Amino acid sequence: MALDDRKSQFLYVGTTPDRPDGLDKVTGRAKFGADAYAPGMLHGAILRSPHAHARIKRIDTSRAEALKDVKAIVTRADFADVPFAPGLEGEFWNVLENVMAGDTALYDGHAIAAVAATSALAARDALKLIDVRYEELPHVTDVDEAMKEGAPVIREGAADYSVPEGMHPNVVRYHESGHGDVEAGFAEADLVIEDHFVTEATHQGYIEPHACLATLGGDGKGELWCCTQGHWIVQKTCAALLGIETSQLRVTASEIGGGFGGKTTVFIEPVALALSRKANRPVKIVMSRNEVFRATGPTASASMDVKIGMKKDGTITAAEGVFRLQGGAFPGAPGDMTAMCAFAPYNLTNVRQVGYDVMTNRPKQAAYRAPGSPMAAFATESVIDELCKQLGLDPIEVRLKNASHEGTKASYGPRFERIGLVETLEAAKAHPHYSAPLKPGQGRGISCGFWFNHGGETSVSLSLSEDGTVQLAVGTPDIGGSRASMALMAAEVLGVPYENIRVTIADTATLGYNDVSHGSRVTYASGLATIKAAEDAVQRLCARAAAKWGIPEDAVKWENGCAVPSGPNAGEFDPLPLAEITATMGQTGGPISGHYEATPEGAGVSFATHIVDAEVDRETGKTKVVRYTVVQDAGKAIHPTYVEGQFQGGAAQGIGWALNEEYIYNDSGRLENPLFLDYRIPVASDLPMIDTVIVEVPNPGHPYGVRGVGETSICPPLAAIANAVSAAAEVRMRRLPMSPPRVLSALKSDG
Amino acid sequence: MSKIHVTTTVNGDEMEFLCDPRETLLDVLRDRLNLTGAKEGCGTGDCGACSVTMNGRLVCSCLVLGAEAEGAEIATVEGIAQGDRLHPLQRKFIEHAALQCGICTPGILVAAKALLEKHPDPTEEQVRFWLAGNLCRCTGYDKIIRAVMDAAAEMREAA
Ligand code: FES
Ligand code: FES
Repeated sequence: MALDDRKSQFLYVGTTPDRPDGLDKVTGRAKFGADAYAPGMLHGAILRSPHAHARIKRIDTSRAEALKDVKAIVTRADFADVPFAPGLEGEFWNVLENVMAGDTALYDGHAIAAVAATSALAARDALKLIDVRYEELPHVTDVDEAMKEGAPVIREGAADYSVPEGMHPNVVRYHESGHGDVEAGFAEADLVIEDHFVTEATHQGYIEPHACLATLGGDGKGELWCCTQGHWIVQKTCAALLGIETSQLRVTASEIGGGFGGKTTVFIEPVALALSRKANRPVKIVMSRNEVFRATGPTASASMDVKIGMKKDGTITAAEGVFRLQGGAFPGAPGDMTAMCAFAPYNLTNVRQVGYDVMTNRPKQAAYRAPGSPMAAFATESVIDELCKQLGLDPIEVRLKNASHEGTKASYGPRFERIGLVETLEAAKAHPHYSAPLKPGQGRGISCGFWFNHGGETSVSLSLSEDGTVQLAVGTPDIGGSRASMALMAAEVLGVPYENIRVTIADTATLGYNDVSHGSRVTYASGLATIKAAEDAVQRLCARAAAKWGIPEDAVKWENGCAVPSGPNAGEFDPLPLAEITATMGQTGGPISGHYEATPEGAGVSFATHIVDAEVDRETGKTKVVRYTVVQDAGKAIHPTYVEGQFQGGAAQGIGWALNEEYIYNDSGRLENPLFLDYRIPVASDLPMIDTVIVEVPNPGHPYGVRGVGETSICPPLAAIANAVSAAAEVRMRRLPMSPPRVLSALKSDG
Repeated sequence: MSKIHVTTTVNGDEMEFLCDPRETLLDVLRDRLNLTGAKEGCGTGDCGACSVTMNGRLVCSCLVLGAEAEGAEIATVEGIAQGDRLHPLQRKFIEHAALQCGICTPGILVAAKALLEKHPDPTEEQVRFWLAGNLCRCTGYDKIIRAVMDAAAEMREAA
């Protein structure tokens, strides 16, 4: 029996029913972003800068405008029709500047102008007739170069108050945290290792390109359909960028074909709205894959130095790290998050971390699953691995010895509540994978990973139908089966079958504000809100039963889907099932609903431990992942199969990041590989089955103990794989991706 | 530019359309025939989200011109179920949670069906290599491979 009053026996939660959108998705009828059409619809297309950095001297749209199929053209300079709102500040200004360049093109792929025409082909043809005169400027795409004296300045005055004096203007935010005395700590160590690590930018790689269908009239009223992780933020941002009132723009989220953090902002939506307003017709824009790579958020790239001291018995005496994160032509690279995550798994007396957010001539970085944490783990966990190797210690034992636990003062400040890192390490140690023999040429790596998780603004509404079935409206787009999890939690509270609950992702006009589906927050925050909304409805159901029985409301309780007297003193009444109460609700006081609105704060951090075996071909440098095991704390798995899916998906993305994926810029600052052929994400024949172990250490901040699971799964793979490859190749790998040419040269140069 | 008149068969139904010579079969299916099951993930033949069969052959419809459909038999994800009876692959995909976002699912179902028609008893490796042209970013393929193997086993039993 748990010490707290958290529910620990479940009827529906923890089962694995089919998802409610399954049928639509296996028959091709689910409607994704590009699957919407409207009468009179035009097609939009966007002209993009071929230069990494260039002043825009003149845009001549007259030849394109002369085409009869062309119905509207917008640019930032086109102020006669005020396509976008002038006078924006802060992040809204950054977003506007990103979706349509002002006087300077800041990266290869930056939007310059947009056309709406009667067909997609006509729109693309028209783009060729827009003449743009550029004056090329010096550019920089590498983070270390961008910080050097004399590097081209992306934008003067972009830095905030946190940046120490004397830094290059491309350094726009600075973070420093920690505790204790690292120098004293290093002095106590028997071995200190300091090393430098580099990761390249990778793309979230969702298979569905951004797509939207927009309608906006001169009356300031609009409709927008788009694939997004959060339609309220789209509503708010688009309204600001177009100078209209937020509530006059109704945004509906389509089914979303993957996001992983990359669909938490806007790119084409404000442009489609501006074109629609000008043409006075609906406008659809669908990005090509080339545009997705060149102009939507890749993750940050990183240059990192980590130093760790260890005693012979494995005790870590001090840890220090410097993390330089490159986030493209705008502020926002997660230098702070990277630094804060770097040493979070460990209970350290002396720790210090510094993070830099650095601008370059690249697309504006966007979140990608636990932004910053995977890179941080790559650096930290590689150094720990090397320390274990040189001191002859078992890597899991060393991590257990130093692991953060309840009450540990985290490297980034607060004290941890109940956490499950030790449990994941114990489960990894006990897993047959950890003791399985390796073949010659193979190496084994392990790594821990950490992510904060997030709560965020949330509202949920639930209404009961006369026949006793339930409609549940949530506002967080379903990116991996969350409708099923919501229905399970509502079923648990109401005591009605899972199948009787229909979950809808409500549009912005029919529910209160909801933050985006990010920060692994959906099952936690929307789940918590669903439970509370269902409890709200239960209270009303009990009140109807009390009125019927003529007893006080607090003399009625809810059990197995029925109102029952709360005790012998309440009187003798037969249980009153939900469907009987709803059948007469029109006569007993009207419709019965439940609501909940809040910003829940108890998201509960989460940890994982991964084990991976890799095989390196010494002739070609090619690495094959031969076995992979994910162990992660889910708090409480609401739908265990979908939790496994998150574990496996994160691991697979991590494998791609570790071994193959990278943004390659040439000397003129152009992206060399903006297509899947050259930006190689893992395919089925690259991967083994991915084994999973769900650890459940309940999160005190959720009624059922849920912790988010979506992001932590991508934190350990880079390091775990690097450790495995380093073991197999017998040389320390310090740079990602570990593509065959890099592994080959490491083999030759011994690192 | 003048348009081309095309007569073709899609999922057994005869269809006619006019298209620009540059339009792909994928464009035509989606924008002219209202069959939006096939998806465009790349437009360059690298992701398989647009997979359909043309005269029984598995193709990326983004690499076929609409005009090439003249007289052909096209099969898309919309034609896999028979009335209200799902194909075993469709059932197994739901059961095994072989989809997260589901954008890759139509292409993978079409490709997997073509595989099982050729090789009713594939090994895991065969399934992995056959589906290597179909990208999935969400699942890590584990549950997709299991669903295909399980559907194959069920279909062999039924045969
Ligand atoms: S859209 Fe045809 S292969 Fe990607
Ligand atoms: S389920 Fe999302 S791409 Fe495959």
